[in-house]
Amino acid sequence: MVPVTVVFTRESVPLDDQEKLPFTVVHEREIPLKYKMKIKCRFQKAYRRALDHEEEALSSGSMQEAEAMLDEPQEQAEGSLTMYVISEHSSLLPQDMMSYIGPKRTAVVRGIMHREAFNIIGRRIVQVAQAMSLTEDVLAAALADHLPEDKWSAEKRRPLKSSLGYEITFSLLNPDPKSHDVHWDIEGAVRRYVQPFLNALSAAGNFSVDSQILYYAVLGVNPRFDSASSSYYLDMHNLPHVINPVESRLGSSAASLYPVLNFLLYVPELAHSPLYIQDKDGAPVATNAFHSPRWGGIMVYNVDSKTYNASVLPVRVEVDMVRVMEVFLAQLRLLFGIAQPQVPPKCLLSGPKSEGLMTWELDRLLWARSVENLATATTTLTSLAQLLGKISNIVIKDDVASEVYRAVAAVQKSAEELASGHLASAFVASQEAVTSSELAFFDPSLLHLLYFPDDQKFAIYIPLFLPMAVPILLSLVKIFLETRKSWKKPQKTD
Amino acid sequence: MAAAIPLSLLVLLLLGPGGWCLAEHPRDSLREELVITPLPSGDVAATFQFRTRWDSELQREGVSHYRLFPKALGQLISKYSLRELHLSFTQGFWRTRYWGPPFLQAPSGAELWVWFQDTVTDVDKSWKELSNVLSGIFCASLNFIDSTNTVTPTASFKPLGLANDTDHYFLRYAVLPREVVCTENLTPWKKLLPCSSKAGLSVLLKADRLFHTSYHSQAVHIRPVCRNARCTSISWELRQTLSVVFDAFITGQGKKDWSLFRMFSRTLTEPCPLASESRVYVDITNYNQDNETLEVHPSPTTTYQDVILGTRKTYAIYDLLDSAMINNSRNLNIQLKWKRPPENGYIHYQPAQDRLQPHLLEMLIQLPANSVTKVSIQFERALLKWTEYTPDPNHGFYVRFPVSDGSNYFVRLYTEPLLVNLPTPDFSMPYNVICLTCTVVAVCYGSFYNLLTRTFHIEEPRTGGLAKRLANLIRRARGVPLL
Repeated sequence: MVPVTVVFTRESVPLDDQEKLPFTVVHEREIPLKYKMKIKCRFQKAYRRALDHEEEALSSGSMQEAEAMLDEPQEQAEGSLTMYVISEHSSLLPQDMMSYIGPKRTAVVRGIMHREAFNIIGRRIVQVAQAMSLTEDVLAAALADHLPEDKWSAEKRRPLKSSLGYEITFSLLNPDPKSHDVHWDIEGAVRRYVQPFLNALSAAGNFSVDSQILYYAVLGVNPRFDSASSSYYLDMHNLPHVINPVESRLGSSAASLYPVLNFLLYVPELAHSPLYIQDKDGAPVATNAFHSPRWGGIMVYNVDSKTYNASVLPVRVEVDMVRVMEVFLAQLRLLFGIAQPQVPPKCLLSGPKSEGLMTWELDRLLWARSVENLATATTTLTSLAQLLGKISNIVIKDDVASEVYRAVAAVQKSAEELASGHLASAFVASQEAVTSSELAFFDPSLLHLLYFPDDQKFAIYIPLFLPMAVPILLSLVKIFLETRKSWKKPQKTD
Repeated sequence: MAAAIPLSLLVLLLLGPGGWCLAEHPRDSLREELVITPLPSGDVAATFQFRTRWDSELQREGVSHYRLFPKALGQLISKYSLRELHLSFTQGFWRTRYWGPPFLQAPSGAELWVWFQDTVTDVDKSWKELSNVLSGIFCASLNFIDSTNTVTPTASFKPLGLANDTDHYFLRYAVLPREVVCTENLTPWKKLLPCSSKAGLSVLLKADRLFHTSYHSQAVHIRPVCRNARCTSISWELRQTLSVVFDAFITGQGKKDWSLFRMFSRTLTEPCPLASESRVYVDITNYNQDNETLEVHPSPTTTYQDVILGTRKTYAIYDLLDSAMINNSRNLNIQLKWKRPPENGYIHYQPAQDRLQPHLLEMLIQLPANSVTKVSIQFERALLKWTEYTPDPNHGFYVRFPVSDGSNYFVRLYTEPLLVNLPTPDFSMPYNVICLTCTVVAVCYGSFYNLLTRTFHIEEPRTGGLAKRLANLIRRARGVPLL
């Protein structure tokens, strides 16, 4: 459930409608997935009148000032949204725009003086709220692992699997240290650009950042020469073959349990400079970079040919970290699945914050992750139950059982919290559910007696008991026959 | 699948704090050296050492930036709070009697000993996790290290780097003598080198030649060292060493000459641009301008004399970073030839072929007067086919006796024959098998024959007899009617 607070300023709706404030309206929407699975999404809209300072803020000249003034009072809870309805003729928005989505869980919608004001405004509000929270494509991408593939979902890029944390590694590949002496200020760049982004994302997991410089690391593919532009190029079809030879030298972490995201910066060797990446139309890609979902990204950095004029090898190359970090951060956003939202028509999207992440984008990520975690946890528990049904030999120890109970409790709690709109606690509960269910499913003690089926038990015990049992059985039979004879004899004589 | 990013997606405003400060990178340096030593027995020992020194404090976790120091080891140091790590893999045994004392000692198999920082609370848990992680990095079975083969020595292992105090509670030591070293262990070791077998001395590290040796030992040592003379801050030093001993008779086909190409099947082409020092030291103690006992090619420009391991030695130094060295020839192949046959003289050796020909060893030696000369040869015992045993196998087998001739006047001497005890199989087994088989066949066939050909007729029971009286005794005791 998404709690939405709708604030009406004085001239946004007709007066008699304003008398009805405050009240609450609930709007439900069903998002269909495959196989009759649906997710119900509820928007609980609490309508209220604007407070004085909010009126003041919304009558200021520009959006930035308004936002600055609205910021101060309180920090909103995760998952909730606040919408301000301004008057139809207000100059806060440009004339043709009906709504505006701000960077911090706020939005502004134009009001209307009409009899059915509330209905119309209600519809606009729901449109904007949907753009800022769960939509179909976000859910489909999050549940991509659990829904079977079809043509429609194969085109969607898969975001990273939900995990408790991630390790991000930046590597500079220099295949030709004789010609290029490459220096990059990675520490400063990480501190200035990457760390704020990761701090904004810190609710989604633990992040750690590393960097290294690898020498004599070559791409596995030979680039081809294009005489028209006298440069080398890598075709789009060659790109998947680039990653594998490089991966063995990246040293992906032995010391950490979290998945690793690799971002490589490749400075091509002198013989293959300059090097461009071509897309399917044959045009060189503007950023000269590509990324692979769930793995990371690679950018090719061409050394400016002017630096070779001194012709003393090796030339010193200082990498322009701003350009590089722009590309890497954009790739990071794509890898996490924070894509551009589908904004409703005539809506103005504000520019991003300095961290590169808007707060409601984080909320969308958390919604998607919670749903994915719940799906994973339930799938794991169901498969464990099915396995137990088929193979009766699996031993369930007490601590495995307690993990299963914890997982089930966490799933229920997370579903309740999601339904009541507390996103942060729902996300934490869903992570706990996944951890507990995986601990229970992958416990090595489950396999103790797995390969000890019943017919083998017979095979082991029969050679011991059968020879002992045969004489006993025979003598029992003999005793039985004799007693029967002795009963019959008295009968006969009697 | 991979895809390119359209530029329109980038709407990022990157506002950072003003000012572009050139960050102080922790500096790191690499020194590599190779020492080639001809050994008294005619073999050649080659020792590589790659030293990477990193001026950085690795104590804090979080962001760490690596250049020459490998990331895999740096992450280990910060995650498990290591103070020192020593890991070695050795195949073979250093024969001190024939080869002299070694530069670097290592036991056969795998050896791991680690000093942890005193901030570690559960040392055993960290030790178990560390050995598992190292087992993954080096593709070795170090995961078999557990409490059954780990000890905490109290006196024999001291920290080799900087140490404030030595509480032996934080030291752990384990040896796996059965660990076999092969190419799988060499490849990840080579990957830790910055120039990674493409330039510099690491070009010579070819696995197929390095394992064709009598002794192969590779090791990784990490320890903290002082950064400057006053020791105000520490640096981390990573030393990767590799020692091999080439058997001259196998590689040199009987002559004691060697060259880099013959030993490693590679020559040195270019120096590693990341190394601050890259040198080859050749032991030329026997080199004497007048005597011309041996010749080193290319001739050394600098020599260095010192007392190493107790004896005075002379080394020829080849500096790869010296541009004159590499520019003259496209590649550097150091060769050593013995001009005059050394004291050991002429040796002709023809190894044996099973069941075809015996070993033949001929040596021309100058025996000094009033001395004892020992000639020894190693041999292995093999099992023979059971028909090749003599009727008295426990007596032993005779090895045919060596012959020696004198020089001034012709004298031929014969020595005693050598009696060698070979393992014999259990010769009674064929007899046992025959007995058992015959018994079974006899019983089986006999019973069948009896059943088929026996005729039955009734016989009157005869009274009396010892058996009947015994049976009646027992029946009377039981209270059962008598026969």
